[in-house]
Amino acid sequence: MLSYVSSRVLQTVAVLLVISFIAFLLVQNLGDPLAILLPPDATLAQRDALVRALHLNQPIVARFFSFVVDMLHGNFGISYRTQEPVAKLIAERFPATAELAFVSLLITIVIGIPAGVYCGVRPRSWMARAIMFTSIAGVTLPNFVVGVVLIAVFSVRLGWLPSFGRGATVNLGFWTTGLLTRSGWESIILPAIALSTFQVTFVIRLLRTQLMEVGRSEHIRFARARGLPDRRIWYVYAIKNTLLPVITIMGLQLGNIIAFSVVTENVFAWPGLGTLFLQSIQAADIPVIAVYLIFVGAVFMVINLAVELSYPLIDPRILKRTS
Amino acid sequence: MSMSGTVPRRSQRRPTRLWRSIRHASGPWIAAVILALLAAYAFVVPLFSVDPFSLAGMSILDSLLPPRWMAGGDPAHWLGTDDQGRDMVLALAYGLRTSISVGVLSVLIGLVVGGTLGLIAGFVGGWADTLIMRAADVQLAYPALLLAMIIDGVVRAIVGGQRSVFAAVTIVVISIGFAFWVQYARTIRSSVMVERDLDYVSAARISGRSEIGIVFLHILPNVMAPLFVIATINLGIAIITEATLSFLGIGIPLTYPSLGMLIRTGNNFLQSGDWWIAAWPCILLVIFVVAVNVVGDHLRDVFNPRLKGRG
Repeated sequence: MLSYVSSRVLQTVAVLLVISFIAFLLVQNLGDPLAILLPPDATLAQRDALVRALHLNQPIVARFFSFVVDMLHGNFGISYRTQEPVAKLIAERFPATAELAFVSLLITIVIGIPAGVYCGVRPRSWMARAIMFTSIAGVTLPNFVVGVVLIAVFSVRLGWLPSFGRGATVNLGFWTTGLLTRSGWESIILPAIALSTFQVTFVIRLLRTQLMEVGRSEHIRFARARGLPDRRIWYVYAIKNTLLPVITIMGLQLGNIIAFSVVTENVFAWPGLGTLFLQSIQAADIPVIAVYLIFVGAVFMVINLAVELSYPLIDPRILKRTS
Repeated sequence: MSMSGTVPRRSQRRPTRLWRSIRHASGPWIAAVILALLAAYAFVVPLFSVDPFSLAGMSILDSLLPPRWMAGGDPAHWLGTDDQGRDMVLALAYGLRTSISVGVLSVLIGLVVGGTLGLIAGFVGGWADTLIMRAADVQLAYPALLLAMIIDGVVRAIVGGQRSVFAAVTIVVISIGFAFWVQYARTIRSSVMVERDLDYVSAARISGRSEIGIVFLHILPNVMAPLFVIATINLGIAIITEATLSFLGIGIPLTYPSLGMLIRTGNNFLQSGDWWIAAWPCILLVIFVVAVNVVGDHLRDVFNPRLKGRG
């Protein structure tokens, strides 16, 4: 077990170092930070100070080392576009994105899982067929089209919900939240639905296939033969066995959700990390792009690692096989 | 074991006979005909019309006319006009032409890059294989859409401020193409690793073929079929990716619009109730992509039943 965990952790760290090195090369080779960050009338002393602050006077290996150390200390460099520390930009935008992701995850769990289980247990009912038919739309419609349609229907035509921004927010000091005000909740509904469309349909289809497959397996047939009630068979015996693939594939989909959050935030003018990322791409703001590169890679790697390390908790047989 | 699988499996592919017949027989054909018609529309109409996105093609007097069956519609403009007085039927043809061109070109780039790297990894093996496949693993941490955005941003930084339309289109094509190479590389690598040990390869080697000749003349033709299937399915994804990039304003410029760009423009007029500018390109995009996917799924089932249910 220990060797399994440590080798997986080492692999993850190695990949993250490679990603950081690529990001580092981008920052080093694209754009001249001195020309961008210094005012035109800078003195030589100011120039020297900046050279030292950015470690530009050191050899490349030392620079990469201090780049990694800086990253680990939350010192992400300075944005070329706004001249502010990248860490500050991210800290300002993070709560908006986290709340959007949280609410869309909530929608996924509350709608996707029950609907998926229902479609898996009763695949032939007309309800299940109707759900599967609508889910085709969720799979094929591009994410931004979903957002545009939601705005067209619910804010332009019906006028029920706002189409942009976060509404009124409350500042808690370390966190600005929109979840404590009425306008905040009204504003988050449409973007959260748009963001969760893909996840919800994905979870439904996945759970359905998994449950239908598990339903055919030996232990379910045996449980039937024992005369256990249907409810117990499905909810205790079958669902447990679908957990592993569902959790794995959901973990692997996380990257897509981050990508879609960029799109959704743009459609709804949501002031989060995705909007920041997009502005940085438009302005070719390499320091922010580099941090985003590392951030997405790190999130994906860590989630994958966590998913893999949680396998033995869900299915103890895995440990016995590896040892 | 064989008994346990037979009974419920029938119920799994039960969804009504009508649906099955559409799906298994006529569906792909209908989709292929739709694709052909749309492609003809996109590439023939521009040959006989003034480019609506040039100065000569606009007429401000006709701007924001609704479709002809609505009150205030002009019989000359079937689907209405946009804010610059461009006829939507024309604008859609030009937009679809750009979308198809960019999609096909970027799929080709991914195919060539990924195919070549996969061939090398599978045939040479050793450190080349390790290097290429580890790079593929790292890249898989990023979804294609996000990767295309990142490549787009980096290429922008390299190219700098002075960008022509041609450069902007090239950036998008390259970003999307490079975001998709991994799938081709992995597929071709695994086929090549099987093929390279077969007798016909040894026979070619004994008869004095060079290694490069063996790879391109003997192995490549045998591993192409699955690549084309993946390419067809990826065409749909590539077109959606391009539309998304353009919608976000980091794709194709306005003077050479794609469907995504048209939706972006139309989105600005949604609030004032002029729904048609955004709606038509949305509908066209969805029809085209669904048709591509139906054809792609069919090809996948025909050429490579092993891949069924993936992607």
